[in-house]
Amino acid sequence: MTLTLYCLALLLLAVSYAKDRENTKKSVIKAWNAFAGILPQILVILLVIGLTLALISPEKIDLLFGRQSGWFGVLAAALLGAITLIPGFVAFPLAAALYRHGGGVVQIAVFVCTLMAVGVLTLPLEIEHFGVRASLLRNGLAFLFSFGVAFAMGGILQ
Amino acid sequence: MNSVVRRYRLFLLLALAQVVLSLWQPKMGAKAMSVSWQNFLEMVTIIPPIFLLLGLFDVWVPKKTIIRLLGERSGTTGAMLSLSLGAFSAGPLYAAFPVAATLLAKGCSPFNILIFIGAWSSIKIPMLLFEASAMGWRFMASRLILNIPGILIIAFIVSRAAAPYPATDRPADYHRC
Repeated sequence: MTLTLYCLALLLLAVSYAKDRENTKKSVIKAWNAFAGILPQILVILLVIGLTLALISPEKIDLLFGRQSGWFGVLAAALLGAITLIPGFVAFPLAAALYRHGGGVVQIAVFVCTLMAVGVLTLPLEIEHFGVRASLLRNGLAFLFSFGVAFAMGGILQ
Repeated sequence: MNSVVRRYRLFLLLALAQVVLSLWQPKMGAKAMSVSWQNFLEMVTIIPPIFLLLGLFDVWVPKKTIIRLLGERSGTTGAMLSLSLGAFSAGPLYAAFPVAATLLAKGCSPFNILIFIGAWSSIKIPMLLFEASAMGWRFMASRLILNIPGILIIAFIVSRAAAPYPATDRPADYHRC
């Protein structure tokens, strides 16, 4: 996937350069400025991910996700998913392990849903581009909707 | 120089926190560092091509093309195109906002931009494949099918109640509650 992106970017950059050198220079400068603009926020996000994953161990997460954890477990899983930002290559193996160790479908599903759709950590960045109202509303609705999806999945998969 | 420090002050603070954690709890500190480093590597590999493409897009694609494909009058085709654009993307959510901001400036409608963000966050194809291999096809497919109407409903409500604006014409209270 990443390789495809690189090939595509380099190919188009070459085509662009062949057609118009000035425009190409402008586009690279724009790319750099956009990158430099969000770099501080991205670095903060990366460090917070590191700190949270170090402080919250998988064993502690395990307690939240049991089938017996009920409503409290569902709510805790949803909040955990909303405030943390765990990349997919870490989150899915973790979720799969929780599932095998007796985690509830609803708890795991709501965690996966809020993890993806709700981003408390990326909220400052979202507000910068989309404004306060749109960002809060989008994240709030996504949080609520995750419960609907999770309970429906519980019904389908159990 | 001062402004650089100001822009990175939160980063420096957190970096200090990781150093303190490493001194106080070496095992936890090492974990934090290794996770941060892993994510940093993911970021530096995937971000450059996305931003290069974004720059090229900004310079080469005319505004009227985006208005035609994704603007207010683009209808169902525009919505489907936005959903696919988000789903076929790669990279973490924080990379989606600059892309969305550029599309918005080019004339993409608020409804479509919110569909794009929703799809990017929840139904990215590479992520779905990974999800299916970890959680099983039934888990992935049921989440996907339930999520698509959710993305559309949320995009509809947010675009009606609090549409995002492009950088050029934002209301004064845009960044305040």
